[in-house]
This record gives sequence, C-alpha cells and structure tokens, in this order.
Amino acid sequence: MKLLTRDRLDELLLLLREEGYRVLGPTVRDGAVVHREIAGSAELPAGWRDDQAPGRYRLHHDGGRELFGYVIAAQGWKAELFPPERTLFTAVHERGRLRFVPAPLDDDRRALLGVRPCELRAIEVQDAVLRDGPYPDEAYASRRGNLFTIVVNCTRAAGTCFCTSQRSGPRATGGFDLALTELVDDGPHRFAVEAGSPAGEAVLERLGLADATGADHRSVDDGCARAAAQIKRRLTSAGLPEALMANLEHPRWDEVAGRCLNCGNCTQVCPTCFCTAVEDRPDLSADRATRTRRWDSCFNPAHSYVAGGVIRNNTRSRYRQWLTHKLATWHDQFGHSGCVGCGRCITWCPVGIDITEEANAVRQGA
Amino acid sequence: MLPRPFRIARVRREIRDVFTWELEPGDGGEPIAFGPGQFNMLYLPGIGEVPISISGDPYATTLVHTVRAVGAVTDLMRKLRKGDEIGVRGPFGVGWPVVEAEGCDVLIVAGGLGLAPLRPAIYHVLANRARYGSVAIYYGARTPADLLFRKELERWRGRFDLFVEATVDAADTRWAGRVGVVPNLIDPRVHRFDPDHTVAMICGPEVMMRFTVAALQRHGVPDARLYVSMERNMHCAVGLCGHCQLGPEFICKDGPVFPFDRIAPVFHAREL
Amino acid sequence: MEPLKPLDELLLEHPFFADMAEGPRKFIAGCGRNEVFHAGDYLFREGEAADRFFLIRHGSVAIQLHVPGQEPLVVDTLQGGDIAGWSWLVPPHRWANDARATTLVRAISLDGTCLRGKCEEDHSVGYEVFKRFIPVIAGRLSAVRMQLMDVYGNPAKRG
Repeated sequence: MKLLTRDRLDELLLLLREEGYRVLGPTVRDGAVVHREIAGSAELPAGWRDDQAPGRYRLHHDGGRELFGYVIAAQGWKAELFPPERTLFTAVHERGRLRFVPAPLDDDRRALLGVRPCELRAIEVQDAVLRDGPYPDEAYASRRGNLFTIVVNCTRAAGTCFCTSQRSGPRATGGFDLALTELVDDGPHRFAVEAGSPAGEAVLERLGLADATGADHRSVDDGCARAAAQIKRRLTSAGLPEALMANLEHPRWDEVAGRCLNCGNCTQVCPTCFCTAVEDRPDLSADRATRTRRWDSCFNPAHSYVAGGVIRNNTRSRYRQWLTHKLATWHDQFGHSGCVGCGRCITWCPVGIDITEEANAVRQGA
Repeated sequence: MLPRPFRIARVRREIRDVFTWELEPGDGGEPIAFGPGQFNMLYLPGIGEVPISISGDPYATTLVHTVRAVGAVTDLMRKLRKGDEIGVRGPFGVGWPVVEAEGCDVLIVAGGLGLAPLRPAIYHVLANRARYGSVAIYYGARTPADLLFRKELERWRGRFDLFVEATVDAADTRWAGRVGVVPNLIDPRVHRFDPDHTVAMICGPEVMMRFTVAALQRHGVPDARLYVSMERNMHCAVGLCGHCQLGPEFICKDGPVFPFDRIAPVFHAREL
Repeated sequence: MEPLKPLDELLLEHPFFADMAEGPRKFIAGCGRNEVFHAGDYLFREGEAADRFFLIRHGSVAIQLHVPGQEPLVVDTLQGGDIAGWSWLVPPHRWANDARATTLVRAISLDGTCLRGKCEEDHSVGYEVFKRFIPVIAGRLSAVRMQLMDVYGNPAKRG
C-alpha cells in the first residue's frame, strides 16, 4: 500500500490524461453528485455530504475538505459503459438494394475516478451479462476494454446502503486498477493507494509514492469497518431465490403493487438493469433509417408485449418480475445475484419502496 | 449483430393473413444454415424487426419464412412483392430435438400457425426416415380454411410411413375430417407409439400446448421428452435486451424450444 | 361378413366396458344390440326422445348443430372406441344435438330406459356406468372450452 497526498492527486489525473484517458469523476450538478468528465481535482465534491433515505436524497456542505465525503452518486457508471441510447446501424436503400452500415464503436479510453466498491461489482455484473455471454455486446466490450478504474473505498455508509449483505463493499478486494481510501482523520489529507492490475502498478510506479505506514493501514481498516457498522439494512441471500420463486402468488406482491407508482425509477438508477428496446427512425426521404437502442424498463407495459396482448399487465406482475429477476432468476442465468446493494432503488423510489424489506417480507410470509 | 439484405424470390399466399416468403441473399453471400425450430429476425427498415421461425427445408438453400400479418411490421410485410429486399439476422435459438429423437417414435403436435416452425423438423425426419420409429403428425386449426400447408399435409397423409391426422374447432358438413381439439387426436389405439421411447414436439398457442402436454402425460410420455416452443417479446434475439424472459429463461437464446421438465416450474405461473 | 360374436364379447372389446367386471357387464349386455349406419344416416336427431346411447366400434360420427337456413355446424367428431350420447341420462331424456354417420358405422346401442332401470335396481351397476360417463362428459366439456377460446384466431383481431 502506498500513500498519495491530497496535493498530488492532480498528478495522478494528469498522468492518466497523458496516457490518453478521459478522466471522469464525481461532481456536484443540480443538487446531486453526478459523474462527469473532470479537468482536475478542484471539480470533485469537496465537503459535500449526501443524506439518503427511502424516497429521499439531499446534499449539504459540511464545510470540510473531504473529496469523497458523499457516499454514492445519483447514478452509477452504467451510462458510461452502456449509454442510455445508442445507434446500432443505418439501413440505406439505394436503387432497390438494401445495405446496412454499422455505427462506429466508441473506443475512447476512460478513467473512472471514485468508483465505489458496489459500483465496481455492478460493472462485473454487467460484464457477465453484456460481455461474457455467447453473444457479447460489441459496444459495451469496446468501452469496457478501454477502462481504467480508480475505486474509492467507503468509510461511511448512506441510510439506504446494504453492500455488506451483497458482499460488494465497503472495501474493494480486487478487479480494480487502483483503489484509494481517503484519510482525513489524523495527519495530512491523504489517500492510501493499492494497485489491482499491471496498469495500476505502472501508474503507481511512475508516481513514485512513499509506502503507507502501519498507522495508515489501521486507518483504512477502521474507516471501512466504520462504514460496515453503519449499515443497518440486511438482505439474507441464502435460500432467497428459492423462497421468492416458491411464492409468486404471495399477498405481499399485491400489497407492494398498491404502493408502487410503476414509474420505473428503480430500473433507471439500478447499475445492473440491462433491458433495452430498439426503435427505427426513418428519415424523410424514406431511403434511410436509423436503428437505435434505448434503455427500457420491465415496468413499461410494452416490455412483455406479445402478439395480441401484454403478459405482465399490472403493477403486481411487473414489480414481481423486477424483484425476482434481480434477486432470484439472475442466479440461474449468471450464477450470482443481480443486486449489488447500492440502495439507489430505495433512495430514488418516489414512495420509498425498499427492495430488502419487500424480499424479506415475501420470504418470511412463506 | 448487423442484418444481411435478402431478396424476396417468391411470395405464396397461404391462408387468410398468412403468407410464405422464399428469400435469397441480396449480398452475394452464403445462404443461412439452420436447425429445425430456429428463427430469424426479419427487418423492415424504418418500421421494425420481428422474430419469425424458419418454415423451410433445412436441406434446401432457399430461406423460407411463413408469416402471419398480426401487427404493424407484419402487416406491412404482407404488402411487399417479389424483388423487394428486407434485412435478416440469424439463425437464433435452440430448435427441435431431431437428433435426440433418433431411434424414438416421434409425435409432432401442431396448432394453428405452430405447424410452420415444425415443418423443418418434419422435413428432417422424412429425409432421415429410417432413423426414427413410428412418426405421427397431429394438427389442429380453427376451420378447414385455416389449415396451413394443406396440400402438403395431404401428400404426407398418403405416405405409408407417416400417420397424419388433422382436426378443426368447427366445420360445416363438407369437411370430412375430425372436429375437436388436437390433444384428442392422440390415441394409441389408432396410432401406436411407445411412451418410454417417444419424443413429442409441440408447437401452438400456449393454451393448446397446455392441453397437449396434459394429454401426453396421461399417455405416459415423460416430461423430459415433451418439447414445447415458447413465445415471448423479442428484440435482440441474443439474450441481451431482457424482454423475452420467462422466469430464469431467455426464450430467444435458451429456447424457443424447451423440454417440458425444464420449463415446467414456470409453465403454469401467471403473468410471469 | 364378420363372424357373429356374443354381444357380451363385443362389449368387452370396447374400451368403455373393457375393465368392467363380468357380472355388471353381462347384466348391462341384456340392454344392448348391434347396429349399422351408412354414411349420412342419423344415429339420433336433436329433440327426439333419447332412449339409448351408442358404443361406436368402427367408423366416424359427426355431432352437429342445426342452424336454420345454414349448413349444419359440426362441433365434434367421434371415432371407434368412443361413445355417443348421454341425453338418456339427463331428464327430460331428449337429444341435445344431431349425431350423423360420416362413414359406415358399426355400433352397439344400449337401451337407455332398460339401463336406467338396471341402474336403479342395482346401484353398483349405476356407479359403474356413471364412472365411465363422467370422464367422457368432463373431457368433452374441457375440449369445448378450448374450442370456445378460439386459440388459433388472429390475436390482433380478437376481442
């Protein structure tokens, strides 16, 4: 483990930029922490803290200098790797013949600064869906292949976090290029840094950092333990898929359907939801059409359309699909849960529906 | 995955709302090799894309699709003519167990348009007839005028190595055949099969498949050798878009054909 | 010309009676007789007294509904091994539809009045008869429900 002092953070960003990376990080925009391309560490949300609860998200400034004092941004990194809208190809009709021109792949090098451990896990979950199956999504694989990830471990938790139940945090154990832990408690404002890949090692080497002391190690451990201790939400995974699938007619589904507004916010903020719909946009001359893919949601009635009808034609069956896919059938499909415990679906639900509470209720009533 | 242009070489009107296309590559490339029960995504630029099972002979080079005009895309497809071009992606999905069925008696049970995805399996079995035991085709349709591939059915009925029986939901007295539901055609006293060595391939509306599975279970055919073809919303055809999920299954890539014992846990679940 | 077999033996060949004990079968056979219908003949017609039912041995029978001014509507067809007619069990014992031979049909008819009497006389015979009719009736009802759903209709044009 090495030590990077706060005043040298921009050296790291500069070095990545020299390697051809666009650096993206958290910044405050419209009252929320969001991920944007940043020019330097001055754009990071220094002193900003987030207050998250079911159906509630507020930022406030605590007057401090901690750069990653907020817990989790409004959106994950999904939009960078798997954009909400993407052109697939253009169909060109010329002299009675049809031709298809693929949209170019995005091969920008992206460095993501401030990836939370649960967000890193979310990227791995999307890898399994979009990159590692029999039919990889080329656009995702291209962006993913050019990624440099800088995790920032969590030293505090939000009210909606439950990464400890999903074993995705508060400290990343691998799969990153670099992992930082921000230390502000005692001594200078600094980051403990670990490399998790040859690319990460090379960057650390070029920075020529000092080794972390035993006290720094202890501070990192203490910080992450503090975050873990703050997490009160629990979701017991053992036996959960079987319990959910055995209770598809549980009255709790009706009960939650009475509260759910069917807005689909949960699917839009979920860092692993991957449903997309395609649409055609003909141009006015009618000899050209663009085929576009957009994020879809299983809360849209059209999601389960078949000739002549909609299979999941009520909120109950749509909410049930979302929850059982995330927590049950995802295991059958990919060998692990589709939930990383980031808590966004709880925060951004306008009526504060809590996935852990619903899943536990269906299981307990079994 | 990018579509390839295919040219309509022939259009055949089948029954009401249903037509068959013979398609040839418009890019000078190879024809699409497929297994019985697989499907392609057919694309009409500016309008949309639909999953359509392949209904032709797996040993032929022409690509054959039988389409029912049942929505915005297929309604417009019906207006296309010989020489027009469309986009084709495929083939996709897991099809009928024609290899696993070798050495077994084969029951092909179709309802309505469900005969189209089964026709390649029938061609395959007939082309390799000696590899199978007794073979029966049971087909149900709405009325005599709704029987798909009627001439072909009559030709098959004339073969001595094939049992063919069709039924309709309602008819007038000019119809000399059976009236009633397709599961009731399956009668071991009329056509013998050995339940322990039988593979059944079933395709039709879900209700028809439910009744047929129940009938075959009563006749003693094990669930693992009852194969059904499922239908759900499909956009991508490769398990990436999430629309066609039925419980743990992606119908597009894990199916559309499933052994019944695999799909049984969710087969009777409502609105799943 | 098929060799003449005792009626009791013919009953045994029909799946309807196949697993019935000899006692009740012989008892019931007393109400039966052999019948032959040619294509186009009616086994029974709607509204007429339902005084019997048929065990079809060979051939096929169409169950039809008469529609004034139109071709009759065929709603079911029966084959060798099937039974035709249960109105003899249901008061007021009148046929609810037509049954018409579409090929040469060989059948055994059982006198309903006679059989109703025997069922009253010996309830164990009645139970044997009802045990065989109920699944047939339930099967027909279930088939009719499926036909009613019009599952093969164009889903876009339904409703």
